[in-house]
Amino acid sequence: MLIAFTQLLVCQLCGEVITRGFDLAIPGPVLGMSLLLVILLYRGVIPSALESTAEGILTHLSLLFVPAGVGVIAHLTLLGNEWQPIIGSLIGSTVLTVLVTGWVLERFHRVSRDES
Amino acid sequence: MNPNFGEVWVYLSASPLTALTATLLAYLIGDWLYRKSGRMPLLNPVLIAVVLITLCLMASGIDYWTYFEGAQFVHFLLGPATVALAIPVAKLLRDMSGGFASLGIALFLGSVTASVSAVVIGELLNASQQTVLSLAPKSVTTAIAMGISERIGGLPSLTAVCVIMTGVIGAILGPYVLNAARITSWDARGFAMGVAAHGIGTARAIQINEKAGAFASLAVGLNGLATATLIPIFWSLWQWWGGASL
Repeated sequence: MLIAFTQLLVCQLCGEVITRGFDLAIPGPVLGMSLLLVILLYRGVIPSALESTAEGILTHLSLLFVPAGVGVIAHLTLLGNEWQPIIGSLIGSTVLTVLVTGWVLERFHRVSRDES
Repeated sequence: MNPNFGEVWVYLSASPLTALTATLLAYLIGDWLYRKSGRMPLLNPVLIAVVLITLCLMASGIDYWTYFEGAQFVHFLLGPATVALAIPVAKLLRDMSGGFASLGIALFLGSVTASVSAVVIGELLNASQQTVLSLAPKSVTTAIAMGISERIGGLPSLTAVCVIMTGVIGAILGPYVLNAARITSWDARGFAMGVAAHGIGTARAIQINEKAGAFASLAVGLNGLATATLIPIFWSLWQWWGGASL
């Protein structure tokens, strides 16, 4: 578990170093994820320790969003002034995105099902 | 003997231990209520935890940054958790035979819809420019969205709040929208939740169906990459085109 967690941190660190060193727009953890993905796909096996550690972290993924979410308290005035455009934009855009993404994928599936 | 509660309070209000404990407790309460209600979408654990902690902070007069000094230990784990998304994605890609093109198209259209529609609706409803820019990356996971927001001149901490709200909205409304649109396959449902509502949508997808959860994880990772690449490109094109007055 300790080794697996260290592997995750090393990937993230490499990602941060590359993205800062080359001034890339992609955030460090995303680059770290890509790095780990390439390594895992290249090796063809996923170490079981890494798998169970990842599962442990990802099961409680939503907990990790709480501290950033409480940041709402620092923006109460701004949110009070602009709550209509913010809420309108978030709800409208989220519903649209779910529809577009789900619909496109479902459509392609139907096409490939009909062909087969 | 008279215990000195004043001194204890001074210690507690400034100690990272209190903020950290409160974060975990609030989340456990949220999660317990969510399970007790039979996983009612409106009782989202993140939403409950955020509301509980915000109320406590307002009642006690402790400011956000003092709270965050303790809570940052939880916040920090978002980084390794993002890296850990590579594991479900690798498992899925290993077991998948084809269908990559349709995923790519759905990802591209979903990612563009998420940011463009957020900006357009915000603009139509007369949001300030800083707010509009903060809204643009709202569908990707917090760490990534804050990075993008900073890059294009938004307010990273406001973006973080919009990201969480998007996740909660997606987790609550997503399944209803998918049912109404008669989107039934688990891969399409999971992928749509991941693209639109990042980790919070994924957390919900994982609970509903394992396959949907795997596709949602894949979507979070890919959409993080896609949005982190696309928004800065769109933004420089927009500025180059002379659209200074957004």
